[in-house]
Amino acid sequence: MSSLLKWHKGGLKSPLSRAHGLGSAKSGLDHWIMQRVTAVGNLILGLWLLWSMIAHAGMNYTEAVLWISEPLNAVCMILFVISSFYHAVLGAQVIVEDYIHNEGFKLFKLLGQRLVFFAMGVACIFSVLQVAL
Amino acid sequence: MTDSPSKKERPLSPHLQVYRPQITSISSILHRMTGFALAIGLFLVTWGLIALANGRETYEFFMAFCASPLGQVLLAGWTAAFFYHLSTGIRHFILDAGFLYEKDTAGRSGWVVLLSAAILTTLTWGYIYRDFLLEGGVL
Repeated sequence: MSSLLKWHKGGLKSPLSRAHGLGSAKSGLDHWIMQRVTAVGNLILGLWLLWSMIAHAGMNYTEAVLWISEPLNAVCMILFVISSFYHAVLGAQVIVEDYIHNEGFKLFKLLGQRLVFFAMGVACIFSVLQVAL
Repeated sequence: MTDSPSKKERPLSPHLQVYRPQITSISSILHRMTGFALAIGLFLVTWGLIALANGRETYEFFMAFCASPLGQVLLAGWTAAFFYHLSTGIRHFILDAGFLYEKDTAGRSGWVVLLSAAILTTLTWGYIYRDFLLEGGVL
């Protein structure tokens, strides 16, 4: 497991030679920007969802179906799902990268949580469409 | 066990146990913890939407859970986490713009965030339970 990444190999190498050639990932900026884009999305859509849930607290089944069948509500709900799940994946990635130091487990967690959040997001969007359409 | 000296166990930053808790570090840690809690909360969102799409019975079971004491405590917790994460999120945007880095403004903005989250959560749940509070003569 300890040989999954280049910098784990070669105990005789100097720290500099271990770092050589790894370079920058050249993809961090995208993570940073999308975290902020989805943060703004969550700010607006999260408040919308919270306000909606309070305004329509305790909807029965028929009322809930009617509510989510409103085009504006369905669209906002799908946008909320995309924005919040995207943001959650980015945040969860940072937490795992910071606190899990076993490379194998880290890889497993990163892969697993992306797949799970992606699957849940698709299930959410499909559910909204199924009810609304 | 033939690792080079540079691979010896060395203390890792941030080395939490040696630092006295400060409002700046606490607000940073809480931002992470609430973010993590909110990500877990997405399971509830998923459950609710699937339950609704699945039909009346599963939706009513979901709603019964939300109305139960455990459900209400969880929802209140997620509301608090949401308002806290939202407030620190706005603070982060201000930090991104290059402000609030002075020692006193960094500390004070941490307290502002904590206070705003507490006030927003209290107002929200006070509003949700307004009838109960009015009947009980609390308001």
